[in-house]
Amino acid sequence: MPVSLTSSKVIYEGLKECDIRLVSALPETWLVHLIRLTDEDPEMILVRLAKEEEGVGVSAGAHFAGVKSAMLMQNHGFLASINGIVSFAHLYKIPLLMLISYRGSFGERDPWQTQGGNVTEPVLRALGIPYTFLDALETAKKRIRQAQTLSESSMQPVALLLTRDLMWEE
Amino acid sequence: MLRLDCLRSIYSELESCLVITIMGAVAAELQSLGHRPNFFYLQHAMGLASSTGLGLALCLPEQKVIVFDGDGSLLMNLGGLSTMARYRPKNLVHVVFDNESLLSVGGFPTATGTGTDLDGMARSAGVPRVSTVQSVESFTAAVNNAIHGNELTTIIAKVEAKGPSAFVTDLSLLENRFQFRRHIQSLRRA
Repeated sequence: MPVSLTSSKVIYEGLKECDIRLVSALPETWLVHLIRLTDEDPEMILVRLAKEEEGVGVSAGAHFAGVKSAMLMQNHGFLASINGIVSFAHLYKIPLLMLISYRGSFGERDPWQTQGGNVTEPVLRALGIPYTFLDALETAKKRIRQAQTLSESSMQPVALLLTRDLMWEE
Repeated sequence: MLRLDCLRSIYSELESCLVITIMGAVAAELQSLGHRPNFFYLQHAMGLASSTGLGLALCLPEQKVIVFDGDGSLLMNLGGLSTMARYRPKNLVHVVFDNESLLSVGGFPTATGTGTDLDGMARSAGVPRVSTVQSVESFTAAVNNAIHGNELTTIIAKVEAKGPSAFVTDLSLLENRFQFRRHIQSLRRA
């Protein structure tokens, strides 16, 4: 499977360096290594969800407990989480660090991913969610750190879009 | 059985727990008995109270967490039941007030009024201890056993579709949220 193990390891190290101790996740192809790394790490709590919106509640609970968390999901999972984001994270000022695999963008071969790819950034903008891209190994850790810092200081959801350039080796 | 009587019967036991409620009548009735800093009322985001309790319970395994859910909210997040059961934190108590109705928005019937069995769904999801209670006495006993027990428990409390006259209180959402977190941080330092 040409999902980049090297990039996944760097992203995972970036999360660890931010003192993330809980990760919620729903499997998707680009996230397989990240989920496995989380599962194999005894210092990390992995919460495997049935639907991504649950992760908003799980992360809010972790925040109340004083534990830093991250959410791993596909952009369609982000779309499925919107009510939780709006009527919990935004309403109650809950920091969320969302790592979203940006499927359906340039280079996508799976027709079923393409519509979600079209609307991901417009929806993030409509919701007023700050976002940037993880698109190169050299900057990935720094951007994770910056996103985590902003989500904590602004007490709001912040998104990192995991791009094909970083996650897929062709 | 009235939900308010149920809440009153266990109110003193809640002092040692972290309490998360859903929106509407449950939040308003618990608050009417007296707000405490260890109570968090999720006044929207239906379905996510149980997920929030799960996150709290997994992060604070020494702390008892109790969620007051409802039939309408649980039906919106049935997948969350399977997630709770998957991790089955020993310190989580999940109470579902089932009034077979979406009381806070006009009293329209939910599917539990036409045969959907939340007790059976919780069991089938894998929740290790599930019970259904019909009287305040059995409710009190079930909740006390769960709080002092050591196993994820879901309690379905069949209550009348009656609630308070008003749902809005003078506690702002953000005040509640910051107070709740500060309370938990003070417990961790103690």
